[in-house]
Amino acid sequence: MKKTLNIKEPNSPLGDGGKVITANQLTKRFGDFVAVDHISFDVYKGEIFGFLGANGAGKTTAMRMLCGLSLPSSGEASVAGLDVYQDNEKIKRSIGYMSQKFSLYDDLTVKENMQFYGGIYGKSNEFIKNKTAFILDHLHLEKEANVLVKSLPLGWKQKLAFSVAIFHEPEIVFLDEPTGGVDPVTRREFWNMIYQASESGITIFVTTHYMDEAEYCNRVSIMVDGRIDALDTPSQLKIDYNAASMDEVFLKLARKAKRSGE
Amino acid sequence: MHTVVVENIIKTYGKKKEVCALNDISFNVQQGELFGIIGPDGAGKTSLFRILTTLLLADNGKATVDGFDVVKDYKAIRNRVGYMPGKFSLYPDLSVEENLSFFATIFNTSIQENYDLIKDIYVQIEPFKKRKAGKLSGGMKQKLALCCALIHRPSVLFLDEPTTGVDAVSRKEFWEMLKGLKRQGITILVSTPYMDEADLCDRVALIQNGKLLSINTPEGIVKDFSKPLWAVKSLHMLHLLNELRATDFTEDVYPFGEYHHVVMKSESGKQALTEFIQQHQKENAMMQKVTPNIEDCFIALMKIPIP
Repeated sequence: MKKTLNIKEPNSPLGDGGKVITANQLTKRFGDFVAVDHISFDVYKGEIFGFLGANGAGKTTAMRMLCGLSLPSSGEASVAGLDVYQDNEKIKRSIGYMSQKFSLYDDLTVKENMQFYGGIYGKSNEFIKNKTAFILDHLHLEKEANVLVKSLPLGWKQKLAFSVAIFHEPEIVFLDEPTGGVDPVTRREFWNMIYQASESGITIFVTTHYMDEAEYCNRVSIMVDGRIDALDTPSQLKIDYNAASMDEVFLKLARKAKRSGE
Repeated sequence: MHTVVVENIIKTYGKKKEVCALNDISFNVQQGELFGIIGPDGAGKTSLFRILTTLLLADNGKATVDGFDVVKDYKAIRNRVGYMPGKFSLYPDLSVEENLSFFATIFNTSIQENYDLIKDIYVQIEPFKKRKAGKLSGGMKQKLALCCALIHRPSVLFLDEPTTGVDAVSRKEFWEMLKGLKRQGITILVSTPYMDEADLCDRVALIQNGKLLSINTPEGIVKDFSKPLWAVKSLHMLHLLNELRATDFTEDVYPFGEYHHVVMKSESGKQALTEFIQQHQKENAMMQKVTPNIEDCFIALMKIPIP
């Protein structure tokens, strides 16, 4: 018998609480190996939802199912109102995605990257033109518009990558370790952008290895061996696990893990 | 005697030397010390390690490792240092055992001869010794790479970002292993982008854009943070941040986990902050004095204009 979690409605920054992601007993098996083991949770509109877990806990597999890249073995899930089995192609068009490893084309300019992503998502020339101007202004990158992305400092690349991920104004954006290796000032500027996106109604689904960043989330889930073993606001998790910091909460949960790996 | 001596090292890249990776770097590492080089991607950490391990030539400056010059005596240095690059660099198509035996052999030694040094680490991967290195999980690859870097009993160990992308539990385990190696007398230089790992080092150098911001013990770096630091929070964190940034008594305000950290211009700002918090009682605003940690110090040092 699994421990049922008391999952409360979040203090949504917008207060309307519409569900953008629902997962019910979502499971993925590879042969005998259960990578994701009956996970259930909801994510609300405009929420910043932290998705944590040790290496090998099943985060990437779960994220791939929610992004429409991998079909579940069993269970149900919908993203932006679309079913992960039937509408997986539509899901890809309705979400944004950014990872530390791959995000922008180094050999295209700043402007070309935006034009390319806008085009991929089927946006009109006018939309692309206006949005590109808006982002260049917002990031103070007007002078670098025609510079190759590879010549930008890492911190700028990360901020540009995030802007490109939400260029087509998706309902939800998935961020896979977006701030790895970035200096502490840029890391905070990046989170400021996340807050702004969330205030404008975009739902943020984010993984990170920085436990202080877990504190910036409205709610945090922690995966252990394919299961979601904890899900709540950071402050409630610290009370429940009698911990001073999210780092301590994470260690208490992750140390129980039986499996390890990537 | 210092095991590692770095004097005025400069390294640039590009045809016109337009990219300055290391800008006049100097520091020493003592025998048996666990020395951390802490900074974000692109700070110059890897260039520095590659110069010290004789894999890259500096444009200018001088460095010695174990008393040997990194240019003239590169062969001697290669025999006595262990180097674990940031990118996994073992042979993926050889087994765990074969990789280890290969590295022992090229250094004219054997696994048996130095087994005591790697035993505590190797026993954790020994059950998989027949497995190809390419098929190991991230944590196991890291342990094997560390064994291979140690198998010739180096006097100095260079570890380039061994914990990047590794989860919090594995990171803690890795640092435990380093403490074990330190007890055996090995001098260790380790680089990391994670500020919280500074406290695990004897001394650290904070590096950013090719410049050293500070070299000290972790306690010393914190002690140098002279301005009063407060943590604040309320129900409306974003508004709190913007409002505090607009006040005249704060030097810097930035998110810090559950709180925002407020660096005050002077001790007298306490009164103004107290009043500010009282004005925000409705939003459950609160304040408390906090001790800065390395990340606070790094942020403060980054914001000092370079002369």
